[in-house]
Amino acid sequence: MKKASIVMMVGSLLLLGLYFFPLWNIMLGAPQYPEPLGMNIYIDGIKGFNEFDIQNIDGLNHYIGMKTLPKPEDMWEFSAFPKVIGGMVFLGVLIGFLGFMGKVNHKWFLGWLILMSVLGVLGMYDFNAWMTDYGTNLDPHAIMKLANPDGSPMSYKPPLIGKAKMLNFDVDSWPRAGAYMMFLGMLLTFVAYIMGKKSRNTKTS
Amino acid sequence: MKNYKHYLVALIGSALLFSCGNQNGKSSSNGALNSSNAEKVYVAPGEQDEFYAFMSGGYSGNLTVYGLPSGRMFKEIPVFSQFPTSGYGYSEETKPMLETSFGFVPWDDSHHPDISQTEGVLDGRWIFINGNNTPRIARISLTTFETEEIIEIPNSAGNHSSSFITENTEYVVAGTRFSVPVPQRDMPINEYKSNFKGALSFISVDPEHGHMDIKFQLMMPGFNYDLSHPGRDKSHGWFFFTTYNTEEANSLLEVNASQNDKDFIAAVNWKKIEEYVNNGGGTMMPANYAHNVYDEATHTATSTMKKEVLTVDPLKVPGAVYFLPTPKSPHGCDVDPTGQYIIGNGKLSADLTVHSFDKMIAAIEGKKFDGEAYGIPILKFEDILAGVVKSGGLGPLHTEFDGKGNAYTTFFITSEVVKWKLGTWEVIDRKPTFYSVGHLMIPGGNSRKPFGKYVVAMNKITKDRYLPTGPELEHSAQLYDITGEKMELIYDFPTHGEPHYAAGIPASILAPKSQKIYRLDDNKHPYAAITPDQTRVERKGNEVHIYMSMIRSHFTPDNIEGVKVGDKVYFHITNHEQDFDVPHGFAMIGQNTSELLIMPGQTKTSVWEPKKVGVWPFYCTDFCSALHQEMQGYVRVSPADANIELTWTLGE
Ligand SMILES: [Cu+2]
Repeated sequence: MKKASIVMMVGSLLLLGLYFFPLWNIMLGAPQYPEPLGMNIYIDGIKGFNEFDIQNIDGLNHYIGMKTLPKPEDMWEFSAFPKVIGGMVFLGVLIGFLGFMGKVNHKWFLGWLILMSVLGVLGMYDFNAWMTDYGTNLDPHAIMKLANPDGSPMSYKPPLIGKAKMLNFDVDSWPRAGAYMMFLGMLLTFVAYIMGKKSRNTKTS
Repeated sequence: MKNYKHYLVALIGSALLFSCGNQNGKSSSNGALNSSNAEKVYVAPGEQDEFYAFMSGGYSGNLTVYGLPSGRMFKEIPVFSQFPTSGYGYSEETKPMLETSFGFVPWDDSHHPDISQTEGVLDGRWIFINGNNTPRIARISLTTFETEEIIEIPNSAGNHSSSFITENTEYVVAGTRFSVPVPQRDMPINEYKSNFKGALSFISVDPEHGHMDIKFQLMMPGFNYDLSHPGRDKSHGWFFFTTYNTEEANSLLEVNASQNDKDFIAAVNWKKIEEYVNNGGGTMMPANYAHNVYDEATHTATSTMKKEVLTVDPLKVPGAVYFLPTPKSPHGCDVDPTGQYIIGNGKLSADLTVHSFDKMIAAIEGKKFDGEAYGIPILKFEDILAGVVKSGGLGPLHTEFDGKGNAYTTFFITSEVVKWKLGTWEVIDRKPTFYSVGHLMIPGGNSRKPFGKYVVAMNKITKDRYLPTGPELEHSAQLYDITGEKMELIYDFPTHGEPHYAAGIPASILAPKSQKIYRLDDNKHPYAAITPDQTRVERKGNEVHIYMSMIRSHFTPDNIEGVKVGDKVYFHITNHEQDFDVPHGFAMIGQNTSELLIMPGQTKTSVWEPKKVGVWPFYCTDFCSALHQEMQGYVRVSPADANIELTWTLGE
């Protein structure tokens, strides 16, 4: 159980990567943009992949009436997410520490993982909802109004994950280092749960 | 070993090209050899050239940038001439660049570009070029490709033996072609002899900022100083100048300056003179010359008049200057990469005369003089001669080197490039040019480290090469592959202006450091509007200052009222884009100046003096976006005595 608790603590601490590395990345490339435009999404705001990408993406998007990309102060998520992640790291380390001291059992590890998964899914849902709003809630005075073949207004929502074609742009939306560290961290807490479970079984048998 | 490596690279390069050709189903017979020329110069869409070539514009006053081997022209850099395309020399910020002691001189004749060096190797920081007509030297940044500094040369005329640089860019030299009275005065022209002087100016270059300053002027006898070249490697510390008209004739020079069987190459030990000057030597004399510096932070040039210059009498520095007799009216003056050979091309002879630096030093040490001219020792021709290239061509002009022990000389009269071997003086190959070739250029070919892959011949006459365009044709350049034993003409292309000389450098040195934007947060222009809320209009007497910003696809503000006839309206316009290659333009109806092209993050100022009442439009001249055509605005101009308040709006 001691080993499992250490793994639990390490797993939780890996979430700290989200403070330093981007969670997600969206790149917009086209034959005319051999150096694609891109944005890195952090838990506390959006930054250009290259220094002036945000300004240049906004410049392109204004033709079709998209809102400018949000500054950290424009969205409650960018102040809430760091707190939620901080809370989860604290909770995970605390549970791990208590496990190490023998005060709690491995089921707490699973409990933390379930809570984290629920929060993660909610986060993804929120992210997707924001992208939907960003890509479809267009300025009625937009300079260009494009329609799909069926006459419905064209959506510019980037894919939550994967590739998509938007006008002449190839859009790539993928997790980045922060997300991978988070996934790895969550995986480790699951491993901690299994290890905890095994050590308990060997003890009882 | 180095040469061997070059050869190997060239071999592999051509092997690749040939194998490419084979893949396309061409046979490897002689036919393929010819057809592979197309492949050698073809740069496919999306691919980039291997070398930058900077060609002087001659009477265009500018410098043009080409790619090699494609021969595609990338840019014209305005240097000594007003350039309405960008507003250079028209905008308030750049007008000071063309100030001289003669006032605003909006044109020059630009001849010889030279790229800065460190230890004799091209370092790609700056390129220098001379203004021949109203003597000036310009320094151009190879990061922004903009002219950053121009210094006028006093006591000089026909600034031709310029702008060549020493191997650590210690000095840029500005030698006068025409000797003139120093100081200038009213005197009979036929009293030229012994009264006129030839100033050879040594301009120091600040190693960090590149700022230029005339360190000293060597006051030489009144000959014509034609071309020059710094010593390299072992001869570093010396500078060599060809002379003609050692007869000091002042009329019908084609006859009267061709009487002496030998003119000179003047060998100047500049390190010796530098030491003399650093120890307080030389005479400060009154002078009046402009020093114009462009500040990248304020996007603005300032012109300062300098009032004195340090002159040096060569006789006061014993051992600093010698004359090397060289057959009749030598033109080009070139030093090979090892610094051993000084090549004087007698433009009226068939042969090339090659002097040996080692022999020159030995002759000086042995004091083997053959008389003197104005007190300057003349060395004995036979004592310093390294060899003679018996080429069979006529009118040799200029020589460049491939770094593999070969030299390439242009022959104007017989229109050809001749390849010969240093040391053995044997002719290896000759190829015709079309026609009347002047300078030639091998990238790095006048440095210690030539990139001997191509030679570009710069021809004076173009007729019959391209589709005719009336009596006037652009000049023709021809590209030869020099990786093999024999030269191969692989391409020709027209060049803008009259390219006299050119400088080439591998793209791998320049391209990665080429600047893409000016950072708005570094913009220190006193009239910049860094954010849209800083835009405004202010009146100071009859001056109206409009602080305007531009972004795809509008000006802020776009409607301005309260301007009156007789006002002097300054449009200070800041481009808010921070994206590579997104300039906007500005043009105002009836303006007595040019448009502006304003780069991302840059501020430029245009003056307009409205003469008629009305509502007058301005617009963006650079097709910047899908809504470029909408990028426009109006200025309302009221009568001089109207009392309409200044107002400005956008989106109302
Ligand atoms: Cu525009």
